[in-house]
Amino acid sequence: MKKLLEIKNLSAGYDGNMVLENVNLEVFSGDFIGIIGPNGGGKTTLIKTILGLIKPSSGEMTLHISKTNIGYLPQVNQIDKRFPISVIDVVRSGKANTALFSSFHKNLGEKQKAESLLSEMGILHIRNKAIGELSGGQMQRVFLCRALMNEPELLVLDEPSTYVDNNFEGELYLKLKELNEQMAILLISHDVGTISFFVKTIACVNRHLHHHPSNIISEEQLASYNCPLQIITHGNIPHTVLKLHDEHEHHGHHH
Amino acid sequence: MDTIIELFSYDFFVNAFLASLLAAISCGIIGTYIVSRRIVFISGGITHASFGGIGMGYYLGINPLVGAAIFSILSGMGIQLFSSKGKVREDSSIAIWWSLGMAIGIIFVYLTPGYAPNLLSYLFGSILTVSTGEIWLMLALVVLIVLFFTLFYRTILYIAFDEDFAKTSDLPVGLFNYLLMILISLTIVLNIRVVGIILILSLLTIPQATANVLTREFGRMMFYSVGFAFLASFIGLLISYFADIPSGATIIFTQVVLFGFVKLIKAF
Repeated sequence: MKKLLEIKNLSAGYDGNMVLENVNLEVFSGDFIGIIGPNGGGKTTLIKTILGLIKPSSGEMTLHISKTNIGYLPQVNQIDKRFPISVIDVVRSGKANTALFSSFHKNLGEKQKAESLLSEMGILHIRNKAIGELSGGQMQRVFLCRALMNEPELLVLDEPSTYVDNNFEGELYLKLKELNEQMAILLISHDVGTISFFVKTIACVNRHLHHHPSNIISEEQLASYNCPLQIITHGNIPHTVLKLHDEHEHHGHHH
Repeated sequence: MDTIIELFSYDFFVNAFLASLLAAISCGIIGTYIVSRRIVFISGGITHASFGGIGMGYYLGINPLVGAAIFSILSGMGIQLFSSKGKVREDSSIAIWWSLGMAIGIIFVYLTPGYAPNLLSYLFGSILTVSTGEIWLMLALVVLIVLFFTLFYRTILYIAFDEDFAKTSDLPVGLFNYLLMILISLTIVLNIRVVGIILILSLLTIPQATANVLTREFGRMMFYSVGFAFLASFIGLLISYFADIPSGATIIFTQVVLFGFVKLIKAF
């Protein structure tokens, strides 16, 4: 097993407000880590630090692979859906590290690679559509293709199941399971019930990080990790049923 | 028709024609970037801030466009610096530079002894008085922009579409943001003579809106924008000449009519 990245005593945040404190995490090839935790708990901050988009305030983040060997699927709401760009160009942007000279020549290999990824996802027919014309599921598939363009060793996904229908959600997780044979995966989700069926280990992030060594996690463990969660489960998607430890809080809100 | 051909025997009209063509190319391309990236308001700030340089040019007795270029580039940088390092909200930062530039301009124009010639042509444009020297400058800008966008088309597109993702791909995001800010500033300043400070934003947004009716692809949008900008500028130029009404305003009016026309056709 190859160590891909290592985070030691890392703290990070915005404008002096620490979102993450003293976080430790190691990611190895073959890992499939589900990152769960409440909103504002620091899940996105963690992966943005891994991607180098946020500088840690203290501690260390060491990448043992090249930064361009990380495939990244951001939250869909960070994308400007009215931007005039076609699907094929979005996917090709996944190989942007060579883009400085790509306007000179046609770069057929790159185009073919993008098209074969699109056809693997079953969406080759939409390659010339504008990004704004797609459904939620199609858009997530396009961004997954973009993340895979560089044949990454580590795939980082931020809530890939938002705005997608249940059918595609199941399909997506099966696809990730398949991809996991070639690359390590970090998957942020608010939906612990669903992902725990697919991931290998679970990282609970709520200011601190607890890396739970299996994909089955009990109510007591979640509580001991200080990781209150909402569980949303869908009809035909396999899931591990968990009980909330913070149910009384919800009752409190609703009176 | 003969009258139009005859017009081309006049130097001032040839210059005006060339100015509208060159303005269409630079504004069509840069405007597509501005609209796609949703930085129209920043561009408005830069435009108005450049008035400070025009006033200063009058006061110091140098070409007002040189002053405008300095002011617009500095304000473009200033806006970015204020909002990224100074933690000023971006729209407030834009408004500060916008009004500061105007204020400085007004003070210097007031302090300039005597009468400030052509002041109105900077505010409202005067395409029929564009000089041959200014045409050459506009041509140089067009060459620069076309070259830059041809060489770095994909880099520009990828950064504009998803800046964070571009950073994770190790693209030189910061450098390109500054280079494009400079190109935006130069485009604004060198086209001020065509439609004026008050109206320049229209050349950077209306043809693009028209193009966007027909395409949702960045490269095509640039070409269509250049086409629509030129078409409307030339028609506007002719109308303003024959009806003897202000050229800048007529050009903008034609742009909007063309936009409405294309939108209407598309609806059927």
